[in-house]
Amino acid sequence: MALITCNNTAFAYEGNIAVSGLSFSVNAGDYLCIVGENGSGKSKLIKGLLRLKAPQSGTVLMGEGLKANQIGYLPQQTAAQKDFPASVYEVVLSGRLSARGIRPFYTKHDKQIVAENIKRLGIEKLQHRCYRELSGGQQQRVLLARALCATQKLLLLDEPVAGLDPIVTQELYRLIEQINKDSGLTVIMVSHDIASAVNYASHILHLQGEQVFFGTTDEYAKSKIAARFLGG
Amino acid sequence: MNAIFEVLFEMFSYTFLVRAVIVGLLVSLCAALLGVSLVLKRYSMIGDGLSHVGFGSLAVATAMNAAPLAVSIPIVVLAAFLLLRISENSKIKGDAAIALISTASLAVGVVVISMTTGMNTDVCNYLFGSILAMNNNDVTLSVILAIVVLAMFMLFYNKIFAVTFDENFAKATGVKTGVYNMLIAFLTAITIVLGMRMMGALLITSLIIFPSLTSMRVCKKFKSVTLTSAVISVVCFFIGVVISYVYATPTGASVVIINIIAFGLFWLVGTIKDKKGSFLGMGNKLKKRCVGYGDFGTLLCAFNKLCRTTER
Repeated sequence: MALITCNNTAFAYEGNIAVSGLSFSVNAGDYLCIVGENGSGKSKLIKGLLRLKAPQSGTVLMGEGLKANQIGYLPQQTAAQKDFPASVYEVVLSGRLSARGIRPFYTKHDKQIVAENIKRLGIEKLQHRCYRELSGGQQQRVLLARALCATQKLLLLDEPVAGLDPIVTQELYRLIEQINKDSGLTVIMVSHDIASAVNYASHILHLQGEQVFFGTTDEYAKSKIAARFLGG
Repeated sequence: MNAIFEVLFEMFSYTFLVRAVIVGLLVSLCAALLGVSLVLKRYSMIGDGLSHVGFGSLAVATAMNAAPLAVSIPIVVLAAFLLLRISENSKIKGDAAIALISTASLAVGVVVISMTTGMNTDVCNYLFGSILAMNNNDVTLSVILAIVVLAMFMLFYNKIFAVTFDENFAKATGVKTGVYNMLIAFLTAITIVLGMRMMGALLITSLIIFPSLTSMRVCKKFKSVTLTSAVISVVCFFIGVVISYVYATPTGASVVIINIIAFGLFWLVGTIKDKKGSFLGMGNKLKKRCVGYGDFGTLLCAFNKLCRTTER
């Protein structure tokens, strides 16, 4: 049984179908990149996978005991966060919230997991710094650590490299690849950057208001639609 | 020093002042805690809108000869939920809707007052607050509600942080963000009604906005921002009340003035702290020459040391 299976699924926005004909499955350990232009339905699909939005038709099935609140989500940053007074440690710790449920306070176990993930992403030196004083790349690392605290199975990244310079972008891609390979964590990433997607991902899902391609990266590279977008 | 104690003793020999100070301190504490979240979520104006609704409901309560808190609290809580729904709904612009509701309730309040008691000192008291407003029942109710607000805040502190910092992430990890937004709005509404008659409908928002903005000048962690703003708020309120007693100035306005001064001080400290890096560099260069420059040199060295200690 796959981790996530969509079966002829469609999502709507205010009554209009935003994206339809979604039929794909994600297995444990996969690295799926969702590509497509603005308005192609990527963010609707993300909301659907997080169970924040019910599908208009079809189904989204979760297998292997995955629950929607066990997805490590890295959302796009909001304007309010840019001047938010919080320490890196506080931000990462909030990733354990889903494990808390109704109980109000964090436990020693939570703090241990936070310490592990802070170490894993190499941000120990930053942990007492203020979040708003970090560079864009450092902030993304912090949010990635927070996402890792929330999951043991699946990371869902919404355009993680938006607004970063090329060097930091490559670093972040490598970091995500490392997390995927070393820990066997499944990664689903939304991206505009098709060239990098082809470099790093194992599977590609291409959207254009509907599903136009789903398959392995090798198949994608040979397909007509990729040729059009990769300019080759 | 003795003079200060004498003034305090004299002040607290009046029971109405003791009542006012107890309620005021509790309200300042609640307002400061909630204020951090409201300011960071860009909801500051909701507080202002609510205080105007509170003014309208107070006027209606007086006209009906009903208990002011019993009428105001449900109305303002209702308005808080309404304002929250409006600001989450992108179709209607939130700020315009808040302005609409707050001026509307101000108008209703003024008309009701002029029809019943006439435009007299009552209006002035509602708008700018009066220290005489609290009776014994009010104090009991205020203390209970303030304790509820504090307990809720502590219990849900971690959730409130998550909802304030990143609503999308919180939602994705299964936190019912709508519920917590309502909780914040609910607690804010209660706090505003409790503090409104003392601080005045036009000034009560300052208790919410000022302390958190003041502490954000210097503090860089959410927890320290929250704790510092609570301390600032309580201290400013107390100093403000004492000053209003000594100089016979309006209580609400005096508290706000003290808050402005605190904001100025913290802004200065924050600016110096941010520039500390350059000060430190300059200090190091000057350190060797300090001896030759007499008092000025010693002063620079002391400042340099101070910067280093605050850095730690």
